[in-house]
This record gives sequence, C-alpha cells and structure tokens, in this order.
Amino acid sequence: MSQENKNSVQTTGHVWDDDLQELTNPLPRWWIWGFYITFTFAVVYWLFYPAWPIGGSYTKGVPGFNSVTYTATTVDGKQVKKTTHWNMRSQFMVDMNELTALQKKYFDKVASMSYEDVSKDAELMQFVNSAGKTLFSDNCAPCHQAGGQGKIGFSPNLTDDNWMYGGTYDQIHTTIEGGRRGYMPPFSQVLNDEQITQLANYVLSLSSEPHDPVAAKAGDALFHGEGAACYYCHGPDGKGKIQLGSANLTDKIWLWANIPADKTQEDKVNDIKNVIYNGLAKGVMPNWNVRLKPEQIKLLTVYVHDSLGGGK
Amino acid sequence: MDAASNKLAIKGKTIPIFTRSVKGKYRNFKFAVMGLAYSVYFLLPWLPWARHSAANQAVMFDLVSRRFFIFNLIVYPQDIFWLAMLLFIAAALLFFATGLIGRAWCGYFCFQTLWSDLFILIEQTIQGERNARLRLHNQPWNAEKVLKIGSSHALMMLVAFWTAISFACYFSYAPQFVVGFFTGHAPYAGYITVLVLTLTTYLAGGVAREHICTMVCPYARFQSVMYEADTLAVSYDKRRGEGLKGRALPSSGLRTKEERSAAGHGDCIDCGYCVQVCPTGIDIRDGLQYQCISCGLCIDACNNIMDSVGLPRGLIRYDSENNLASENPHPPRLEWKRIKVIGYASALALMTAVLFYNIGTRSDTEVNVQQVRQPLYSLLSDGSFRDRYVIHIVNKTEEDETYKLAVEDIPQSALDMGHISDITVRAGKSLSFNVKVNLNHELAEKTDHFEFVIKPSNPNAEPLTVPVSFNCQHD
Repeated sequence: MSQENKNSVQTTGHVWDDDLQELTNPLPRWWIWGFYITFTFAVVYWLFYPAWPIGGSYTKGVPGFNSVTYTATTVDGKQVKKTTHWNMRSQFMVDMNELTALQKKYFDKVASMSYEDVSKDAELMQFVNSAGKTLFSDNCAPCHQAGGQGKIGFSPNLTDDNWMYGGTYDQIHTTIEGGRRGYMPPFSQVLNDEQITQLANYVLSLSSEPHDPVAAKAGDALFHGEGAACYYCHGPDGKGKIQLGSANLTDKIWLWANIPADKTQEDKVNDIKNVIYNGLAKGVMPNWNVRLKPEQIKLLTVYVHDSLGGGK
Repeated sequence: MDAASNKLAIKGKTIPIFTRSVKGKYRNFKFAVMGLAYSVYFLLPWLPWARHSAANQAVMFDLVSRRFFIFNLIVYPQDIFWLAMLLFIAAALLFFATGLIGRAWCGYFCFQTLWSDLFILIEQTIQGERNARLRLHNQPWNAEKVLKIGSSHALMMLVAFWTAISFACYFSYAPQFVVGFFTGHAPYAGYITVLVLTLTTYLAGGVAREHICTMVCPYARFQSVMYEADTLAVSYDKRRGEGLKGRALPSSGLRTKEERSAAGHGDCIDCGYCVQVCPTGIDIRDGLQYQCISCGLCIDACNNIMDSVGLPRGLIRYDSENNLASENPHPPRLEWKRIKVIGYASALALMTAVLFYNIGTRSDTEVNVQQVRQPLYSLLSDGSFRDRYVIHIVNKTEEDETYKLAVEDIPQSALDMGHISDITVRAGKSLSFNVKVNLNHELAEKTDHFEFVIKPSNPNAEPLTVPVSFNCQHD
C-alpha cells in the first residue's frame, strides 16, 4: 500500500465504509513559509508605522519612520518648521531644503565677491549661468523672453549693447532692485501733424534710415527748439540720457517702433509718428527687491551683464 | 505509514554530489588558473598607482567622479562604446575558443567553476575525502556533523564575504572602504553590494553549485550550436573502452590488453572513478552532454587508473567527434582550418585592433561648442551683429590644464570673452563658459562659418578646431 502510494496523493490513513478515504494535500512548503513571513512582516510593520485605530486616535509607530519635518516659508515670508505624517509632498520639501542649503554655499560666495571677481572666475560663472538662467526664466522671461531677447514694442533686448538705464553692474543692479518707469508725454495736443512728420523724419535721419531731408531739417529745428523741446530728454545729440532712460535715437536699435521690420519709408515715418503722437507710459519694470533676495539680485546682475549682453 | 513515504515525490529531485579528488595535468592546470585568477581578483584593488586627481589605486571604477581608472588609462562615460566593443570581443573569443576546444571557459575560467572548486576544496579539507563526506552526509545530526558542516559553511561564507568586499573595493579607494566598512562609515550602496554579493557567492558556489551550470546558465544550452564535428571535446573512446562485449573488471585472466581483447572486452575497467570526480555528476561514457563543463578531471582520473592497471592512457581524452568515428584515427589535434574558427578569429582580431586603435588615438581634450539659439543673433547699436556660443571643454588628463581660445577666419578682436582670461579646467573635469562674437555689418553679411581654436598649454597637445556657423539678419 505504501509502495503504491509513493507517487500519488497521500491519505490520512482513515478509511470508512471500506473505500471512503480522506486525502491529505499539504500546501507547498514555500507557500507556507511565505505565509509565516507575511505574519512577521505585519507585526514589524505595526510597530514602525501608524496602524491600529484607538478611539479617535491611532498607534503612532516609531517616530521618524512615519513623520517628516521640513522648513517651509509662510505667505508672510516667515520660516517655520512643520512636522507631518510621511507623504510625497513633505518628502519633496525636505529634498528641496537640502538642495537649497547646498546652493546657498555658492550664492554666499557670489554675494561676498565683487562683480568683477565673480565674472573672472570661470568655474563660478558656471554656477551663475545655470542658477541665473533659472532665476531669469522664473522672473524675467515673461517680459524679456526666454533668452533675454525682448520684444519690440514691449520690452528691451538684453543681449545687445544698448542700455537705456546703463549697462554697468551697478546700473543693472539698480534697475533690477528698484524697477524702472519710462515715460514720454504725448505730443498730439502740442504739435500738429506736419510738425510730427518733420520730427519723425529727423529721428530717422539720426540713424541714417531713409527719410525726407527737407522735412528732417525742419524737424531738427523743432527737436532743438522750445516748440517740441525733445532735447530736454533725448539730449542735444539725440543719444538719450541714462538717468531718464530716454532712448538713444542715433543707433540701430529700436524698442518702441519696429523700424528694422518696416519695408517702406512711409511705414517707418508712420511708426515713429505714432510714438510721438501718443507718448509712452508702458515702459514699466517692477521693483524686484520685494520678491528676490539680495543675493539673487546680485547673481542675476552678473548673469544679465556677462551671460546676456551688458558692459556699456 | 512512515514520515519518509508521506512526502510527495518531487520530479527530478537531485542527488547531492560529493566529488572525489584527483591528481593530474588538468587538475594542475585548474589549480594554476585558480591561483592566478584569485591573486588578480583579490590583490588588484590593493595595487597602488600614483595619481594626481584621484586616489592612488591602479584599478578603480570611480562612480562618483564618473571615471574608470585602469592603470594609466582613464575611461570617461563618453567612451562607453569601448565597453560594447569589449563585450563583442569577449563574445567572439568565447565562440572562437568553443568552436576550437569546446567549453574551455566553463571548465577552467568561469567564476562559478573557480568558486565551486574552492568551496569543494574547503569541504574536502574540513570534512575529508569523498567517502568521509558521504558518510557524514548520511549520518544523523550530531556534534561532529554540526561542527564539520557548520565550519565548512562558515568558511565558505567568509570567502564569499571577502569576495564581496574585494568587488566593492574596485569601486572605491580600497583601504578607505575596508576601514569605513568595519567602522560603519562606508556608503550605503557599499553595504548593500557586499550583502548581496556575499549571499549570491555563497549560494551559487556553496549551495547551488553545479545547478547553476545545468539549470541557470544559458551558455550550456547553446553550446551545441557552437560545437562542430571537428571540435575537440572531452570524450570517451567508446570503441576502445567497450570492445565487443563491453566493460569488465580486471579480474584474473582479464588483466593485460591482450587478454582483454582476446576475451572481447574493452579497456574500461568500469571503476567509476571518472564519475566520482565529475563536478556535475555525469558519466562521460554516455557521450557528450550539456552538463559537461569540459574541466578534464575525468581525463586525469582515467589516466591514473590506466597507469595503475598497465593500459595505455587516453581512454578519456580531448578528441573530436570525427576523429573518434574515423576508420584511421590520428592523434588528437587542433582542427583550426575551418570557416567558423577562422571567421571568429578574424572578427576577434579586427575588433581588438579597432578597440586598441580607438584607445590609442583618443584625444585628451574634448571640446563641444553650442551656439546660443535664443536669440540666434543680436543687432548691436552700430549695426553690427553679435552671436553667442557656449564652449564646453573636457579635460581628460590627470593634470589641471589651461587652454587658450582663438578664432580663425574672422578677426581676433571679434571674440569677446567677458572678464574670463584664464580657462583652466581641472583634471578629469569639464568647464563650460559663454563667449560673444561681434562682427560688423559688412563682415557679418559674408560670414557663414568660422572656427574656434582651442589650444592646450601642454606643448605636446594638438590644438582642437571646432567649426561653427555665424548667423545674422541678411539685407
């Protein structure tokens, strides 16, 4: 009997009514062990992590396994320590805190050095370029575009060599920190259409654009006379004043009238007339000292000056 | 019904193998390979090597600084295709060797074989020869059995542990890692590596042993594709061994070759020594089998027996299928004049040459120039155009290197590097920096391309030239 049964399913050996037997089908051993291990695991898990509800509360597990502490900034700018149960968001905050601490070392280094020394240090400039690009993309790019190329009729190009408010480190720093508000009064009430046409031709002549020389000569007189008195702001040579942010009218760079894109002389004249007629009140850059930290402004200054196009 | 018969029979249940020791030239060769392989593996991480920019270790795969140091060669992530070529070379070498002399890798060089061999040696030293081990295995658990089996497994664990430590040493500065490991200051990954490798080494070499070769390793299963009729394989000379009437013990009247052939018996005296020494527990007399790892121990065993009974050696030997079946067998020889063997050999030679050429001609400096595309160009106030470029220099040498940057095809004055005057890249590091190139309107109009020239300060180093394009708004 036992020989016969060696390769078949075993019975308990109990027999009723001659042939009624009870089979024993033991579970596979690996399965049984897996079952025991899950039991052990569950017990260990209860000890480490929140598990059993007790009334309105629950067992808290071992501290540190189920809670995360991180530093957060509140709406009014205060640094507070927060402790919550473990979750992805709080873990992300912990990681961000760690990375910010790592980054701080370099921000502090930039803050402690002079602009020139920072820009001479090729290794440190790698940090300025990458951190600067992030800061620029987060804060400046909405107006000045992703690469700092600006947009005619809206925001100045930061990659060229023309700086309305000056392109030195200190001047760029002042601009970012305090913001700028450019203004040109409308001349529609002061001058008639013919005078404005003459002025427009004169402005085009300053940068050797196609123009009507006769009208330009009359415009010259208006520009330097008390009738329009453009020289008050744009200077007798038309090169603008960085104290006021008034445009340099003698170079090839245009911000408010898209002269390079205009095909005909008439279009160019009309574009400039439009500016003189209506004036400008939209050249506004906000002050960033309320939003950026001093070390961030300093780093952005170096970024704009060296990686984009400062220096004048 | 007793407990034993209450167990369900498991299909294909394996029998534990207790190999018998043997002396002979293949055993000696195996010991020699073992000695060499272990010396290299365990000692190499401790070989010092003067370095400027990393720990003084001859072979170190430094994952942190992303550099592999192999003596004087430093491998960077950019050189990853060398690894692909190395793998190809290894594959071609394997196919070549297998086509010629069978599974030489398995029998003599594979780490599964090496560690199994060592672990068997440990068992033999502590528990004794095959018979003693068999007796120990069959006896009930008592103090002797616990002590002997326990101590041999403890020793195997220790070897496995040091194997794991040595492996980890290749990835960090060995003295620092070992001290750090025992003082609890090693990196987390180090502990995991050591734990996993200790366990796998112990399990594969000490417990699973031949099952790795027969059940896990795919090489055993595709060897039949690589073998040809002319491949030298460990074979039993059936014609000589069996004779007309099969094997027979050397009883009286059957002692000499003449007596045996007169009685119609072959030379095999059926002593079973070849089976007892086999690490995978097969009988080579059944012919070529996928379990055979070609270690040659059965050859040693059979030769010893043949010597002692006064019959000629070589009843089991390296021979080809063709030669064994041939009417006029010649002494076994390498049959290398075959398309497959020559083909693998030429692939092997070609790839090795390409790899060495590549390593030999690699530049110590890598330069990458990317034009800033946003904006592609800027119009300056005097009507000239400015393009900006990001220059990325990788210094692959072991010394800090200073570079000079110049432009060709356009005036030098067009290059504006800002305040950066000194481009120094640290050993094994890279540096990227921005430059501006300003061309007046006229020049910009006719310039489509120009070149950056990067000259290392090392007088022996060749300057590197990188062509780039220049963009502007054309009238």
